[in-house]
Amino acid sequence: MNIIVVGLSHKTAAVEIREKVAFAPTQMEKPLQAVVALPDITEAVIVSTCNRVEIYATTRDVAGGMARIKRFLADYHNVPLELLEKHLYSYHGEDATRHVFRVASSLDSMVVGEPQILGQIKTSYGYAAEYKSSGIILNRFLHKAFSVAKRVRTETKIASSAVSVAFAAVELAKKIFGELSDKTVLLIGAGEMCELAAKHFINTGVRGVMVTNRTYERAEKLAEEFDAKPVHFEALMETLPKADIILSSTGAPHFIIHEKDMEEVLRRRKHKPMFFIDIAVPRDIDPKVNNVENCYLYTVDDLNGVVATNLEQRKVEAAKAEAIVEQEIGQFFKWLSSLEVTPTIVALRTHFDEIRKAELSKTISGWKDLPPGAEKKLDALTNAIMNKLLHQPTSVLKRIDQGNRNDLYVDALRNLFDLEVGGESQDNMMELED
Amino acid sequence: MNALLFNSTLVIYAVATVIYLAYLVKPKQSLGRAGFWLTVAGFVVHLGFTLNRFLEAGHTPITNLHESLSFFSMATVGIFIMFERRYKASILGSFVMPLALLILAISATFSAVIPPLNPALKSKWLAIHTIMAFLGYAAFAISFGVSVMYLIQSHFLKKRRLGPMFQKLPPLDMLDDISYRCLTFGFPLLTFAIISGAIWAETAWGTYWSWDPKETWSLITWFIYAALLHGRLTTGWRGRKAAMLSIFGFVIMLFTFLGVNLLLSGLHSYK
Repeated sequence: MNIIVVGLSHKTAAVEIREKVAFAPTQMEKPLQAVVALPDITEAVIVSTCNRVEIYATTRDVAGGMARIKRFLADYHNVPLELLEKHLYSYHGEDATRHVFRVASSLDSMVVGEPQILGQIKTSYGYAAEYKSSGIILNRFLHKAFSVAKRVRTETKIASSAVSVAFAAVELAKKIFGELSDKTVLLIGAGEMCELAAKHFINTGVRGVMVTNRTYERAEKLAEEFDAKPVHFEALMETLPKADIILSSTGAPHFIIHEKDMEEVLRRRKHKPMFFIDIAVPRDIDPKVNNVENCYLYTVDDLNGVVATNLEQRKVEAAKAEAIVEQEIGQFFKWLSSLEVTPTIVALRTHFDEIRKAELSKTISGWKDLPPGAEKKLDALTNAIMNKLLHQPTSVLKRIDQGNRNDLYVDALRNLFDLEVGGESQDNMMELED
Repeated sequence: MNALLFNSTLVIYAVATVIYLAYLVKPKQSLGRAGFWLTVAGFVVHLGFTLNRFLEAGHTPITNLHESLSFFSMATVGIFIMFERRYKASILGSFVMPLALLILAISATFSAVIPPLNPALKSKWLAIHTIMAFLGYAAFAISFGVSVMYLIQSHFLKKRRLGPMFQKLPPLDMLDDISYRCLTFGFPLLTFAIISGAIWAETAWGTYWSWDPKETWSLITWFIYAALLHGRLTTGWRGRKAAMLSIFGFVIMLFTFLGVNLLLSGLHSYK
């Protein structure tokens, strides 16, 4: 049985294409059932996010299965196959496994290390489980992907640092203030990056936001957007002591906050720390403000520096994560190959034979007046019984190996008799992680 | 028995300190946890040592430098354990445990023999006065540790050096908060220790205050911490300024405790 994946992502297709082939997350039943209804396809899971659309499936016929899924994607979304094909990638076997491990671990994401993707895959898998389109192989496949992602998260620091300027600002603020829930943000001016940073602060849950601008109407308009309090620009100096975090991005040609003002401001707020983020070019805040006790000033360049260092660090961590992925591929394949029929038949026979031999020797050793030649005869007899008993299941297994649901039987047999196949015992990998 | 408990404590603290220092270099959660539980184990053994010594001596075992330093170290570890649980910051251990270990190691260099108690010291005030004083000292020691952390963290923020060490150190506000809590805990204890000392002096020698070097330096220490607390409450001294003053206060406190005992002669010199 082979695992295949066909799909496209932000790396191979522009958003115009991606949105054409996206599946509505609430209506997965129809497409999932359509895919498993395709000839030669036994199991299917569809992952559809804003950055990727992927169909994972199991099949006996790799090339045919891939072709059918591609055709399905084109037909289902009414997109010409020739257009779609340019953007599609398809993997099977080890490459498909590597792919899903990397996707789940967020190594294939636009921002490496972003945590959302794992949740999205879990949701997609949830639909497949709900509509019964996934079976033994894909269940194990995805659970393995989840556990690999978890390992990557706990063993590397891939997601531990902020990789956008706005997030870096929030992270820094947390290093100064700890909790932000009782802190107030003051927005001076309204550059795009400034607004983005303000949004991040609001998401983190600051107590309040104030907005000021040279033109008061603009401040009012912005304040409405952020559910903030507008402040007259002339009142800046009176407002500053009330603010803990100051985001500034005015178009002013010179500094609007000076070192000498700050000492008074700090006195009025009892020297509670202040965090200034100057995103304006030319700068709004005199760099000497950083020299004032309990004032911490960062410019856009400083923040970019933080982000660059974090990205650099993330690359190092990503390399570690790739190594984990490679390690885990082998393990999964051991299990997958153990689902093949022949080794299972061998294991089943060995299992029975061991029992037979053990019982036989127990009987013989306790038998005092055993006639000569009886030992050989008993051996032949028990052997014949075992062969007769195993004949029927063995031939059924051999026959279904021609079809495509052998994994069901093989898995059942392995569980029923606790068989060890391919060197891997039945470990418990099926539990769902958070 | 006493020596065994004492040496075990010393060894456990030493291992915990090494683990905490390793945590400083490699931020593995498991290291922080191991350091903490070892510290707790060490504290329990240390407590056992102190109780055992109390039973053997028949009085509060804070009568010479060996005992005082050991108790000082134990109180520091005890308060540290409380803060570690409250703030879930393993990194505190990297700064506090070396200090506690150092104090205990110095204690080991003094004679562990239990001397007969000077008749003047035979009083219920011995327990009240010394335990309060050393709990106060321990709180100041923690405040010293977090103040050092504060200065380092604030330096990183100002200079924009946001390396792994910066990532590990707690937020400035948390450090400032711990330092402040230590002061509000330690200062009343120091105050009561001085008052109970004065009352004890009156019952033992007939005078509340004799400007003995220990008394004088205690008063100086008290004034420094009083100024720091006053500054924090009224004019809002906080952050670097408060951290530096707390470090200064601790140095003076150490002199009051050790310097006076070892260098100056007086009623508190353990001779």
